[in-house]
Amino acid sequence: MRIALFSTCIVDGMYPRTARATVEILERLGHEVVYPPGQTCCSQMHVNSGYFDDAYPVVKNHVESFSDWDWDVAVAPSGSCVASLRHQQAMIARRAGDEALAIKAEQIAARTFELSNLLIDILGITDAAAQLGSYFPEHVTYHSSCHGMRMLGLGTRQQDLLKTVEGLKYTELEGLDQCCGFGGTFSFKNSDVSGAMVNDKADAVEATGASVCSGGDCSCLMNIGGALSRRDSEVQTIHFAEILASTKENPLVITGPVQLAN
Amino acid sequence: MTSIQLGMPKVVSYGEGNIFEEIPFPKYAKEELKNEQLRNNLRFVTHAIRGKRSKVTAELPDWQELRTTGEQTKNYVLAHLPELLEEFERNFTARGGHVHWARDAHEANQIALDLIRAEGVDEIIKIKSMATAETGLNEFLEENGINAIETDLAEEIVQLGEDRPSHILVPAIHRNRREIRDIFVKKIEGINPDISDEPAELAEASRNRLREKFLSTKVAVSGVNFGIAETGTMTIVESEGNGRMCLTLPDTLISFMGIEKLLPTFQDYETFLQLLPRSSTGERMNPYTSMWTGVTPGDGPQNLHVILIDNGRTAVLADELGRQALRCIRCSACMNVCPVYERAGGHAYGSTYPGPIGAILSPQLSGIEAAHNNSLPYASSLCGACYEVCPVKINFPEVLVHLRSKDVDSKKAVGEFAGNKKAAPTQMDAMMYGAKKLFSSGKMMSLAEKGLPMSRLITGKKHKISKLPGIVSGWTDYRDIPEPPKESFRNWWKKEKAGAPARDTAARVDIDALIAANKGKLEELHANAAKAQGEESLTAANDAKVAKLAAEAKTASTKENA
Repeated sequence: MRIALFSTCIVDGMYPRTARATVEILERLGHEVVYPPGQTCCSQMHVNSGYFDDAYPVVKNHVESFSDWDWDVAVAPSGSCVASLRHQQAMIARRAGDEALAIKAEQIAARTFELSNLLIDILGITDAAAQLGSYFPEHVTYHSSCHGMRMLGLGTRQQDLLKTVEGLKYTELEGLDQCCGFGGTFSFKNSDVSGAMVNDKADAVEATGASVCSGGDCSCLMNIGGALSRRDSEVQTIHFAEILASTKENPLVITGPVQLAN
Repeated sequence: MTSIQLGMPKVVSYGEGNIFEEIPFPKYAKEELKNEQLRNNLRFVTHAIRGKRSKVTAELPDWQELRTTGEQTKNYVLAHLPELLEEFERNFTARGGHVHWARDAHEANQIALDLIRAEGVDEIIKIKSMATAETGLNEFLEENGINAIETDLAEEIVQLGEDRPSHILVPAIHRNRREIRDIFVKKIEGINPDISDEPAELAEASRNRLREKFLSTKVAVSGVNFGIAETGTMTIVESEGNGRMCLTLPDTLISFMGIEKLLPTFQDYETFLQLLPRSSTGERMNPYTSMWTGVTPGDGPQNLHVILIDNGRTAVLADELGRQALRCIRCSACMNVCPVYERAGGHAYGSTYPGPIGAILSPQLSGIEAAHNNSLPYASSLCGACYEVCPVKINFPEVLVHLRSKDVDSKKAVGEFAGNKKAAPTQMDAMMYGAKKLFSSGKMMSLAEKGLPMSRLITGKKHKISKLPGIVSGWTDYRDIPEPPKESFRNWWKKEKAGAPARDTAARVDIDALIAANKGKLEELHANAAKAQGEESLTAANDAKVAKLAAEAKTASTKENA
């Protein structure tokens, strides 16, 4: 299958290792991964901040970039960005009076999936250790990001994949379904409330005794990881794609900069 | 020849009263966050109600269908409001009631004052009501020499404490029992000065004070949970029985009702009397449900009035997307699950309506440009917990984002109107403009990302950023930013991987067929996951426990039968 990767702006610029891990997993399964080069961002930051006019060229860029090449399915290592494609892009196009773009945006969104959704519901993965060779002998907890959970209805998909990684010990986070406080520009526009939320989240993470807090959205993980770093915690935040990509031959190293050994 | 389309002038009449955010939300919240006691009280109560709600809604197999019915019924009401209001008026009047129409809070208060004065009394009793809190009735009556006594226990605590409610269901949520005891000792005449802070003793003190008022007061004021157009019936649901007393003992009953509170038919109660208590207090049914249809000679109030209030509701109705806020049945489920409300508390929202519903209702009722209303739509991380629990499926994140865009556009319009197009953009405007330029082209992104290694210079020895300037300093007040990577994914890909060869659309895989073929994989994975983590032993232990309990129950019932 030809899978188009939508890296999302934050992964592209700040967490390229998450996108590389996504490519690694999909290629391991024998698929062709392509990367439409014009892509940038889903437009969510502009939309959620109320800058609808400024969001329009961003939506247009996404739709045009993903229309350039033919592909079977697109994937993003983010629930939030896929939710934005599905729930916001067409609205922005229609508001700008561009019905043709709105229809195209809907068609692309319908064929774009969050990574765990793709792996399980389209590629039929039921055991990460057996089918992907995933190996990560660490104590892991996991934060369920709001948009994937509530807007895409991902349920337990991401944590179930993690639980089937060989060697991984899983401890559920107390208040698993509670927002970490990121919320895009909310994090600095209402920084004190956001700070109180992320500190409660960091407390819950530390209480599990895990060495890693995983999740499916790098934005939330950057928020939680940033609060953990501020309190000099040893706990690392790592996207689940990187844990799935980790194997015995090429393990994910978490001391120092997090990365695959090779 | 050109024609100019002028269109209809848009007359929007906003509401007044206690529906404004007077202090910017972030500023008020910052102060409230310092109050440890408040945060503990809020956390304790919201989590308790949250748990109860979740339990009693999960036990209904048709909960989601009920929500959809609730949503659709209210949408019908909003689409047929003029006809339904007139139908209600006809039926209420035919059964001996009097209908008054109030454009805004002041008119509503004035109508009530005139009715109270006509009875020649200077004291009235009240059932907890959001509508009268919205219009500021108590303060208005006090200015005019009428004493309004709140009879709901929590409202009584708020009133005696000369305080403001901070939650629509639990108005004194911000008070703990020690504080309540102190208020009572100070304010209730003849109270035992050595009273403890045991809830039973406090309730008894309140009961003694109020019982005498119930029996001697001639006029009561209430809100209304639902008004039925078909029959002219009104309803109050409550927990303490004070409502029943107010609705049955006085001679005169004056009810404040927002025009959106209607339901078309008596049959519609079926849906809403399931939705409301379960969403609100987390009870299957509330203890007291009162319904009254006009005057019954010799039984209950003989002088019956309803004041139908607009106060900005038609302005909300005029907004195609925002009008869903008028579906609200004031259950408070949204604030009970809201992580922002839980930390900031209800007072931070300024208005009578706190939490997510306040964030979308207040700026619509009284206008986004009024006071600091425009700070309310940003008081949310858009986590969507409110939408998930709302019994009438108000899509809060969607309305919040819509109101943010109205705020951005209204600021822009002000600048242009003043001939001030070149006014210096705010930091936020500049940031969004820059991001737009960057995100409109992959080439621009690629170029900008070449600068990533440079940004590593500012991260220093600790490999992180701990202080940022300007508006984004809020981020680094609480968190670090990790060191940016040496190379973006895009630029790595360009170096390492090739582009895609052209392919014909006909080669496309049928995704829907694949999804159908993989049906059941999710359950299979879930079972594998539990097994891998040794969770099956827990399930097995649980099954054994259930079997044991069932066996014991069977033995017990056998014994009973014997």
